[in-house]
Amino acid sequence: MKNAVSIIRKNTMLIVLVLVYLFFTFTTKGSIFMANNFSALIAQNAYVYVLATGMLMCMLTGGNIDLSCGSFICFIGAVGGILMVNYEMSVPVAILVLLVIGIIYGCVLGYLIAYVNVPPWIATLAGYLAFRGWAVALLSSHSTTGSIAPIPDGFLKIFSGKLFETAPKTVNMICLITGIVASIIVLALNIRTRAVRLKKGYEADSIIALAVKSILAIAVILLFAYKLSLAGGIPTVLVWVTVIVLIYDFITDKTTIGRYFYTIGGNAEATRLSGVDTKRIMFIAYLNMAVLTTIAGFITTARFQAANSTAGTNFEMDAIASCVVGGVSAYGGSGSVFGMIVGATLIGVINLGMSLMSVDANWQKVVKGVVLLAAVVFEIMNNKNKSTK
Amino acid sequence: MAKVLLEMKNITKEFPGVKALDNVNLKVEEGEIHALVGENGAGKSTLMNVLSGVYPFGTYTGDIIYDGEVCKFNKIKDSEAKGIVIIHQELALIPYMSIGENMFLGNEQGKKAAINWDKTHAEAVKYLKQVGLTDSSKTLIKDIGVGKQQMVEIAKALAKNAKLLILDEPTSSLNESDSRKLLDIMLELKKQGLTSIIISHKLNEISYVADKITVVRDGSTIETIDNPDKNLPEDRIIKGMVGREITDRFPKRHDVTIGETMMEVKNWTVFHPKYENRKVCDNVSIHVKKGEVVGISGLMGAGRTELAMSVFGRSYGANISGQLFLNGKEVEFKTVRDAIKAKLAYVTEDRKGNGLVLSNSIKVNTSLANLDSLASNMVIDKDAEYNVAVEYKDKLKTKCPTVEQNVGNLSGGNQQKVLLAKWMYADPDVLILDEPTRGIDVGAKYEIYCIINDLVKQGKSVIMISSELPEVLGMSDRIYVMNEGRIVGELSSEEATQEKIMSCIVKTGRGE
Repeated sequence: MKNAVSIIRKNTMLIVLVLVYLFFTFTTKGSIFMANNFSALIAQNAYVYVLATGMLMCMLTGGNIDLSCGSFICFIGAVGGILMVNYEMSVPVAILVLLVIGIIYGCVLGYLIAYVNVPPWIATLAGYLAFRGWAVALLSSHSTTGSIAPIPDGFLKIFSGKLFETAPKTVNMICLITGIVASIIVLALNIRTRAVRLKKGYEADSIIALAVKSILAIAVILLFAYKLSLAGGIPTVLVWVTVIVLIYDFITDKTTIGRYFYTIGGNAEATRLSGVDTKRIMFIAYLNMAVLTTIAGFITTARFQAANSTAGTNFEMDAIASCVVGGVSAYGGSGSVFGMIVGATLIGVINLGMSLMSVDANWQKVVKGVVLLAAVVFEIMNNKNKSTK
Repeated sequence: MAKVLLEMKNITKEFPGVKALDNVNLKVEEGEIHALVGENGAGKSTLMNVLSGVYPFGTYTGDIIYDGEVCKFNKIKDSEAKGIVIIHQELALIPYMSIGENMFLGNEQGKKAAINWDKTHAEAVKYLKQVGLTDSSKTLIKDIGVGKQQMVEIAKALAKNAKLLILDEPTSSLNESDSRKLLDIMLELKKQGLTSIIISHKLNEISYVADKITVVRDGSTIETIDNPDKNLPEDRIIKGMVGREITDRFPKRHDVTIGETMMEVKNWTVFHPKYENRKVCDNVSIHVKKGEVVGISGLMGAGRTELAMSVFGRSYGANISGQLFLNGKEVEFKTVRDAIKAKLAYVTEDRKGNGLVLSNSIKVNTSLANLDSLASNMVIDKDAEYNVAVEYKDKLKTKCPTVEQNVGNLSGGNQQKVLLAKWMYADPDVLILDEPTRGIDVGAKYEIYCIINDLVKQGKSVIMISSELPEVLGMSDRIYVMNEGRIVGELSSEEATQEKIMSCIVKTGRGE
């Protein structure tokens, strides 16, 4: 019984996600469960996962945020559009140039925050204002409509669309096979981890827990694979998101540098006096954020097939909200990539569900605000309960 | 016989799973200073929280009889209305407000919508005089020392019309002379009829000031000892606290040979990082040999911590000059990492502020200063890390369910052990321990001393900074006395006494 309570407590947001999903399945009469809405969920939210990954790293260092990422996405789109459309630069070269711009911005931002000690929210507030203005100015001086299109096919292929696309309602075999392979890998990894732990005499999950965990994970993967296979195949952005998320899960969980992000958030001075270059870590956090923002900029531009002056509006808020709903501490020091994914998906599902129910866009914002606040209040109450017991 | 002002009868307070107080009885007579002593976690603070209404009536069982009537306090304001005022261990003053503003915070003078500042400051001065402070009540709190801040706390309590004053560890952050001043003020206030309860780990102070001493152990009151002549031997109190006679408060060192000079600091001068003209260390030269424990004694603010931190990879100070030798070779550290690599470790005095990551596990804290040794290509070998944490937990006898436990949930003594484990795992040759036993109980202190003895036995060198004279005298092979940024005396363990150390400090203080 005590076990069950602790499992529920650990996975509350996951359970909330399932309940919310069921709620929308009911209210939309199952349309959220249709194949093309699975695909839409991923396409619409890919940028959130990428941005929130970067935001997670910043927040771990002590609740620091980046307000400039939405505007910077717009800026990247504008510059990319001008390079590829107006100057007809080849796609790979343009991508390279944009990445360099992202790295330069990251270095400047990281330098200001880590070494000049500008408070992050002020440094990035400046970027929030400046890049939006700059991007809009560029767009209006290089086009008559304030929007640059069409973005070349080569670019779209890399950051949007489907892999090995097939017609809707026919089964895409490659997608299914990928799902099955992923399931087998997950199962094998779970079994191996447990075996290694047992062999070395560490605490390990019981067989039942292992089975339940694996079956749930595999069920989700196979469900997605099946639904996506009916909707034309694997969305290209899913590959990007999966790769990024796996890399950062590894970094935060298994590497020394990832560990330092947590300890700095927990106690920066103690970390510094343990011989860690805390300024360098802060620098890396914001450099990393800018690079991931650039990639999110690619995804956003490709999704709209154009560089727009409104692109990226409020994206920074989506990223912060995803982290906070996913249990990342607003004070730093705790949080995980998995939690962030759950948080981002929860917000994504709420967005999609409300759109399908044709809830007014303004009311959607109200609902999201309430969800965000509820998540934080819940987190605080939960921690309180834990500490008194 | 004097009138009984406060009687706590059969107080029992339970937290989920733990009986924090078990049938506790306490009797305090009017006009006396009553001391509560006991190891950390014995229940002293819980008892005082029950008394002051932090834990409201109904969450405990038993009666509080104060001034002849049974009291049911629901919040702190209720107990304050009766004249029971508690001063907590952590000072609760706001640095950027004046003394007067702080004293009447929550007790503002004048009307609700219009504070009468003239009256506030006039009243403040009156109470400040009572505690022997002559500072203007308009001085900002941040501009007066910790010692005076503690006095302001007492004045603040008096301004609330305190009849029963509770002081929780009032001298834990004060140096000897400030502590003495505070105790004398307590005696002065007692003459004016104030009753007080003092909680303290510093037994010499208790025997100096208290009329009666009640010993709390494991949530129960063990005994109340009378102290009419103010000279109760400390060992007598310790006996009650730990339930056994401690024949030796400082473990003996056997088979330790003191070898060559390990580290030497020459002509070390450090300036304050903000006030660039202020020298915090002035031409300091010290050395430590292999297998030696060197004590650095001095008052708070003497520059000891600053010396240690500036040596430790320039983690403090500006414009540092001087030479540093390790094993006879001159070295220069630019960063903390350089210092750690050269096998130097600094164990901070402020374990919560800059020693431990409280929100992380024992495991994470243990490996933090030497994480690279557990990783290849930045990937941590988590199994090895776990093993290291368990090894040090066993070695230092840290009490915890698992090493995955968050450090924030441990007691002070166990936190200190985790901090030591972290630096022992960094495998230093020279350890600088800054106030290694601050705020931990007698039993845990003894264990820390044993660890220090083990370290020098392995041929390591220990520099121990401590404000507690008995500790410096009991543990050191050699003692440096520091005052106002300079070394003002060097004594061997044979010749050193408390009086000699104090006279080194006092003489130089006057010479200025």
